[in-house]
Amino acid sequence: MRPGKCVVRSRPPVGGPRPQALEVLFDPAVLRAGPQMIDAEGLTKTFGDLTAVDRVSLRVREGEVFGLLGPNGAGKTTTVRMLTSLISKSSGSATVAGCEVGNARDELRLRRQIGILPENVGLYEAASAYQNLEYFGRLQGLDAATLRGNIERLLRMMELWEKRDLPVGSYSKGMKQKVAIARALVHDPVLLFLDEPTANLDPEAAKTVRDFILELKRERRTIFLNTHHLDEAERICDRVGILRTRLLRVGSPEQLRAELWGNRTLVRFASVSEPLQAALRDRLAPRHLEWQGRTLLVEVRDAERENPEIAEAVLAAGGKLTELSALAPSLEDVYLKLIHEKEPGA
Amino acid sequence: MRLSQVWIVASHDLGLLRRRRSITAGLVGFPIAVAVGFPLLVDYLLHRSGAAIPSSLLGGLIDSFSFFFVIGAATIPVGIASYSIVGEKVEKSLEPLLATPTTDGEILLGKTLAALLPTILAVWAGATLFMILMDRVTSKTLGYLYFPNWEMAVILLALAPLVALFAVEASILISSRVSDVRSAQQLSALVFFPFVLLYVLGEIGVVPLDTTNLLYISGALALVVLGLFALSRETFQRDNILTRWQ
Repeated sequence: MRPGKCVVRSRPPVGGPRPQALEVLFDPAVLRAGPQMIDAEGLTKTFGDLTAVDRVSLRVREGEVFGLLGPNGAGKTTTVRMLTSLISKSSGSATVAGCEVGNARDELRLRRQIGILPENVGLYEAASAYQNLEYFGRLQGLDAATLRGNIERLLRMMELWEKRDLPVGSYSKGMKQKVAIARALVHDPVLLFLDEPTANLDPEAAKTVRDFILELKRERRTIFLNTHHLDEAERICDRVGILRTRLLRVGSPEQLRAELWGNRTLVRFASVSEPLQAALRDRLAPRHLEWQGRTLLVEVRDAERENPEIAEAVLAAGGKLTELSALAPSLEDVYLKLIHEKEPGA
Repeated sequence: MRLSQVWIVASHDLGLLRRRRSITAGLVGFPIAVAVGFPLLVDYLLHRSGAAIPSSLLGGLIDSFSFFFVIGAATIPVGIASYSIVGEKVEKSLEPLLATPTTDGEILLGKTLAALLPTILAVWAGATLFMILMDRVTSKTLGYLYFPNWEMAVILLALAPLVALFAVEASILISSRVSDVRSAQQLSALVFFPFVLLYVLGEIGVVPLDTTNLLYISGALALVVLGLFALSRETFQRDNILTRWQ
């Protein structure tokens, strides 16, 4: 993809027939080989003395679902706004769908290729779902027949077709969120930015929205997802980036877990004594041990191979086992570790 | 600037405004009240009260009433423009709108048109009715038809549109600083004070509101409108809207 040239990629329409051999398309190797849909280098945004986003560099491949995780105020929304050319960047460079961010000539073409679900749904409450989608479809330059077809397909997918003429103000939060997602998709964009799509939704509505995002993922849509729901990111995203003004780490959830945490084995005892602790220190060396009351956490490289050795060591040291199990850290563990880590030099 | 995008924004806003009763009431109510109320008052004074109003005074009285269409042009668009911009802020719909392939200028012009067109149409319709009714009640006393005349032509074709544009641009600037429609309307209501002052100055003879002076006032207002337009363009930029607007 040449920088400065916006490229519209061919992809089945929303709700359209799914491509064959989907498992091949989702092969990580295929994803890695795909062209970049987002390529940002040193993206920075400052507001006066405050640096909201600091030298963020990231790449998102076509067909990938990328999650940006971070606490409130970490700069996730600002990053999306910069990538979508909604606000200017202070420094750095980025191309999105082949369009150069910040280049006035590319700005309108960029906005034709992306769909955005902002943090607040921002629907016209007095207008119906159909009118909301129609307005945005017209602004995207769709002809009347295509627009009608897209609206009907999306509203039927969202199970809102029967309620299309009711004012959006009368909808539940989940329904509004679905209309807002439909609005982001009405012009069939190649890249979708979703900013906290399940925030403030009840569990049922959140699941509906999540299932819909998974459906979009199956359609091989490129999605940039801002969230602080870690389980959501784990379930949906191919790769995640953890942002706290700076991009702290990028990788697949599995990669991050392995890289940052390693594997651990949990050993629970009926009772713990000083001699037992000392004996285990010797027998399990050089592994890192962490005592939490009657529970011992042992860092291991290969749980399957090492756990029998640990069990033997515990019994040999005279410990009374009540439980021994492999612990797989969650993305939440990884996230919290990174977020609470002190910055170098801090 | 693509006029098709401008019209999509304007027609959408006009559609939403139709659903707001307070807006449509003001849009229809004010011109009708002036167009019917003042001729009825003159009719009462001339034909029913028994008071003798000399023809020389009658012309001044009608001119004073005509100026109310200028005040209307300052008042009516304030409500529309406040809803059009602060309403979007309240519903948080500006961000998705700004994310469409529409330039800031196209959105601004669309919103300006949505406030301007109904105002001008309402003022023109009201003024037409006013002229017809006033001619009906005063033609016998005056011995000729008072309307149409040059004063009214300047008011309707130059001053009222400029005043409406002034009010819309001032409302846009005010809307960027407030976060609810009521505050926007209250602050924007101040827009009509200069024109009330002008009316008072006309009434006490300091600035006679004759054709020449109305043209001068229109020229000066055109310059102010140009300045405000530049300011509102500066204010209505997506970077500002998303990062600085309250």
